[in-house]
Amino acid sequence: MTAIDIPEADRVTLEFEALAQRQARRRGFLLALPAWIYLIVFFAVPFGIVVVYSFATRTSRGGVALSDWNLASYERLGEELVRNVLIRSLGLALLTTVICLVVAYPFAYFMTTLSARVRNLMLVFVMIPFWTNFLVRNYAWRLILAEDGPWNTTAEAFGIDTVIDWIIDLPGWIAPDFLVGWLVDVPEPLFTKLAVILGLVYSFLPFMILPLYASIERIDGALLEASRDLYANARQSFVRVLLPLSMPGVVAGSILVFVPSLGAYVTPDILGGGKEVLLGSYIVTQFGTARNFPFGASLSVVLMVVMLTATIGYFRSGGRNL
Amino acid sequence: MTAAVELTGITKRFGDVVAVDAVDLVIDDGQFFAMLGPSGCGKTTTLRMIAGLDFPTEGSLKIFGDEVGTLPPNKRPVNTVFQSYALFPHMNVLDNVAFGLRMQGVNKGDARAKAAQAIDLVRLAGMETRKPSQMSGGQQQRVALARALVNEPKVLLLDEPLGALDLKLRQEMQGELKRLQQELGVSFVFVTHDQEEALTMSDRIAVMDQGRILQVGSPEEIYEHPANRFVADFIGQTNLLEGTVEDSSTVCLANGARVQASSDRPVGTAVAVSLRPERAHIAATEAVEDRPSVEGVVDRVTYLGNARVYTVRLDWMEVEVREENRPGAALHEPGAPVSIWWDPGAVWVVGDE
Ligand SMILES: Nc1ncnc2c1ncn2[C@@H]1O[C@H](COP(=O)(O)OP(=O)(O)O)[C@@H](O)[C@H]1O
Ligand SMILES: [Mg+2]
Repeated sequence: MTAIDIPEADRVTLEFEALAQRQARRRGFLLALPAWIYLIVFFAVPFGIVVVYSFATRTSRGGVALSDWNLASYERLGEELVRNVLIRSLGLALLTTVICLVVAYPFAYFMTTLSARVRNLMLVFVMIPFWTNFLVRNYAWRLILAEDGPWNTTAEAFGIDTVIDWIIDLPGWIAPDFLVGWLVDVPEPLFTKLAVILGLVYSFLPFMILPLYASIERIDGALLEASRDLYANARQSFVRVLLPLSMPGVVAGSILVFVPSLGAYVTPDILGGGKEVLLGSYIVTQFGTARNFPFGASLSVVLMVVMLTATIGYFRSGGRNL
Repeated sequence: MTAAVELTGITKRFGDVVAVDAVDLVIDDGQFFAMLGPSGCGKTTTLRMIAGLDFPTEGSLKIFGDEVGTLPPNKRPVNTVFQSYALFPHMNVLDNVAFGLRMQGVNKGDARAKAAQAIDLVRLAGMETRKPSQMSGGQQQRVALARALVNEPKVLLLDEPLGALDLKLRQEMQGELKRLQQELGVSFVFVTHDQEEALTMSDRIAVMDQGRILQVGSPEEIYEHPANRFVADFIGQTNLLEGTVEDSSTVCLANGARVQASSDRPVGTAVAVSLRPERAHIAATEAVEDRPSVEGVVDRVTYLGNARVYTVRLDWMEVEVREENRPGAALHEPGAPVSIWWDPGAVWVVGDE
């Protein structure tokens, strides 16, 4: 090979590589195109419309005037009634998330200790509810929780009333008011907050279990043994090693439960009987009976912003567990 | 003197698998003690029982005289260097090393100061703030060592700690471990399947196979006087010449040749005469007289630089002979008829038990 050949060969190689790169990029773009079109048509455009509506004005006949842009719909978010709906929904979603976390964590951990076969069987059990329609499952709960239904009769057979009366009589520092508030609904939970929580936890528990399981399963068991070898007791080993290493699963599961709980509409309606107004049904009311599209739109924007913030926050924190 | 670790009749079963089978073992304080055996022979299980990570199915396990059978690992005065290192990936080197002290209730400042000393001891000063993932295998190994040693365990358990390192690093770490053990004076219980590693590093070696301990002794004892056929074969290279005991000083080989070899086994017992390649010599057939020898034909010659290994075909087996590469040493070509001879004291008789 002569000295002149080398740059020539290099130039050809470079050109070829650039071409290959351009082709790869074009192929990637084409492959992603259906997903992009889907997202634009069914997410970006509708969301854009919602945002636009949220700045519009309600006409006296319940229509929308796409003029007179203003912030009136957002100002209404500060009203006490609206604020209460928001706070109640946030509280309920938070409570659902915490209960799911507390129930799912030991379960997910327990699964990782089983043999591969039993473990896969358990995973199937976790996912079986998805085979039935969401609405059907909620109505099934309605039957279970109804007066003289299985829940009610079982609870009474165990003399739950006496137990609850006994707890209510305890001094306030042992049985605070909010706890009593939940307890009194235990014998007949249908159409109470308790039923809504039960329904939400039931519906979204798999979304907590699966990412938790995935992240715990990935942790090297030798790390837990090492911590015990280094004088950690079982609790310290959990707090210092297992929990921090499973944090991606905790965060992913929490987002997956919190976000749909916050916007839940079906479960509060069917199991809560719509008694407690929550964000989901409040938005439906605005688009339905109240015919206040701009206000409904502003509530939806708030919901979307909370969800997007949570999701972006998760990906920013480096989680890749969804 | 109480033993550092004492196992009496220790058995561990996993379902039907007997991983450790009625093991008796005494490990003295201040020793570099190796547990040597092929993969799957129960070394790790034995070590894990000492650490408290597995509990024996049967038997008694004492650490400095205290029965520890079912004590959890955090209640035992021993620490482990895991085969996979098992460094906490979410903590930096300093916090990894300080972990054990923190868990024992030492305050943060003191724990970190002692951890820094331990990091210095394993020659990693300056790397305190690195995460384990930012270190090489050899460095992670040192962190694992520091993390265990900082707790001043009465016994340090090491499960094939050098297995993942390349040869040069492994030799360096062998020296380092030996130095640390001598400086600190605590017992190291060192699991390995590498007989050379065990021979060069240990004060005492326990040779294991199929859940049992076959022999415990110094490297010399194990190499020179293996207890049975398995140990003779597993430790170093050897030629096992099959035969039967004829009397207390003679073995009759399979081809009928009689060789001088003393043993106290009953007459007629099937035994093997262990002849190490470096103890055997090779010579042209006529040159040997008056010494134990067998005759054969050179099959192939392997040149090692500092030595040649002759593979000699006898009537009924092959024998390897190692001749140092000295100037003037006679060379033998493949196909040449030769005699293999040895000094009467060079062989050792082994049986199945
Ligand atoms: N947790 C376990 N469950 C079932 N069998 C095991 C378990 N741990 C080890 N064994 C079995 O016990 C035997 C000894 O294993 P081990 O102590 O790891 O051997 P080594 O460390 O000498 O390679 C092997 O046959 C292995 O398959
Ligand atoms: Mg092992």
